[in-house]
Amino acid sequence: MKIHDLLPQLFPHGHDIAFDGEYFAGSAGDVSVIGTCDRAAIGAALSHRMAGEVLRICRDHPGRPILLLVDTLGQKMSRRDETICLNAYIAHLAKCLDHARGRGHKTIGLVYGEAVSAGFLSSSMLADACYALPEAEVKVMNLPAMSRVTKIPLERLEELSRTSAVFAPGVANYIAMGAVRGIWEGDLAACLKAALAEDPGPDTRRALGEQRGGRTLARRVSADVRGDAA
Amino acid sequence: MTSWLESTARERVAGLLDAGSFTEFVPPEARLTSPHLAQLNQPAAFDDGVAVGRGMLNDEPVLIAAQEGAFMGGAVGEVHGAKITGLLERALAERIPVLLLLESGGVRLHEANAGLIAVSEIMRAILALRGAGVPVIVLNGGRVGVFGGMGIATCLCDLLIMSEDARLGLSGPEVIETTMGVEEFDAADRALVWRVTGGKNRAIMGEAVLVADDIAAFRAAIRLDPVPLDVEAEHALLGARLDRFGGMEDALDIWADLGIENPARVPLLDTDAFHAAIRGKTA
Repeated sequence: MKIHDLLPQLFPHGHDIAFDGEYFAGSAGDVSVIGTCDRAAIGAALSHRMAGEVLRICRDHPGRPILLLVDTLGQKMSRRDETICLNAYIAHLAKCLDHARGRGHKTIGLVYGEAVSAGFLSSSMLADACYALPEAEVKVMNLPAMSRVTKIPLERLEELSRTSAVFAPGVANYIAMGAVRGIWEGDLAACLKAALAEDPGPDTRRALGEQRGGRTLARRVSADVRGDAA
Repeated sequence: MTSWLESTARERVAGLLDAGSFTEFVPPEARLTSPHLAQLNQPAAFDDGVAVGRGMLNDEPVLIAAQEGAFMGGAVGEVHGAKITGLLERALAERIPVLLLLESGGVRLHEANAGLIAVSEIMRAILALRGAGVPVIVLNGGRVGVFGGMGIATCLCDLLIMSEDARLGLSGPEVIETTMGVEEFDAADRALVWRVTGGKNRAIMGEAVLVADDIAAFRAAIRLDPVPLDVEAEHALLGARLDRFGGMEDALDIWADLGIENPARVPLLDTDAFHAAIRGKTA
């Protein structure tokens, strides 16, 4: 969905979200919004700007929930950004979101467009809970590219992706594996309200992935290593 | 002197910790392999490419994870990632510092979704440790370097120790060249690759402590004290770096701008001479 179609559905009573190219931020009622659009590539400048907005919200609106609306094709592929350590900029955004979490800000991610690799890692995946629209696209890599890199025939990957959630693109796979908590459909304002009322608690994604059958080992293996095997 | 670069993950663990003190959790005898690799007829490893456990460092207890770069480039799959997350969560419960001996190309494509989610769980677990004041130290000296999501996770930690042979980045140079063209990044230009991603540039950027390629040198650089995280100060620092250096064409220009003498010679300096050359001149 396009961001200009999405915002009125999420905030039927209006908002003051302002756009600057691929970046936007603002508020709607008592929710702060930070996002990107047009399949933005997440570079050092963009992630630094998002982190700055998170810190501003912490200062100016203590405790206010933060909704991340990120449409991204992944990290920016740039020699200059890599030279100044792009990963440190994305890690900084992660630290700022965690800082907000620690100060009582609820953080919710909604994948409304594309969410790819490090672009997804640095945004909605860091939220307390991540949701998606049904038409959203979530992936690391498409199957033809994966076939080229892994040298596994495309037909084999396609066949396996019918029964396994672990490598093929798709929101349904990320739901099965617990990373996407649920789909928002119909009345999106009501979906947001319900998500804000929910307490997702600590990182529950492994337990969800196990319950949903898409990721059956992660919870048990981490518990084995923790030494509290159940 | 024992080269970190030439050692396996388990040799690094043995060389780093007090002699004989390592106890592995879920060891290879448990035969915990990745079912996803088997499904794709790929060879599996009984530790899924990472050893995790506990040991002593100068008589202090530590938890430790070591990725094996020789197995699938240290890439993170479901089991591999869950072992690291479990170790980090154990560290939070027991309040014991963590050493992460990383060598990873990032997410394992054969189980890409599981790997990506696992990296984000590792990130959340590291952030929880930072919040609790339990230190997490990354040691990066392997041939593969640390890239992708593990490169982000690395920058969440208290301290990063690197050798000059090691690399740290987000997208690998080959991926950038394939996606954006050779004009953006010539991955065959090894000197360029190291100027961008290598240990020396990361030390000049203030992201890493540079040590010689010697297990004893890595060991000597470890500090088990938590580094307080001040996100506002970090924000200002990264903003200044972006404004000052973000548009520069080459790391050589950045090094020159910082006042480092004879920047073209920096890649040739040994570790001691390098430290002398950059003293007071880091970003």
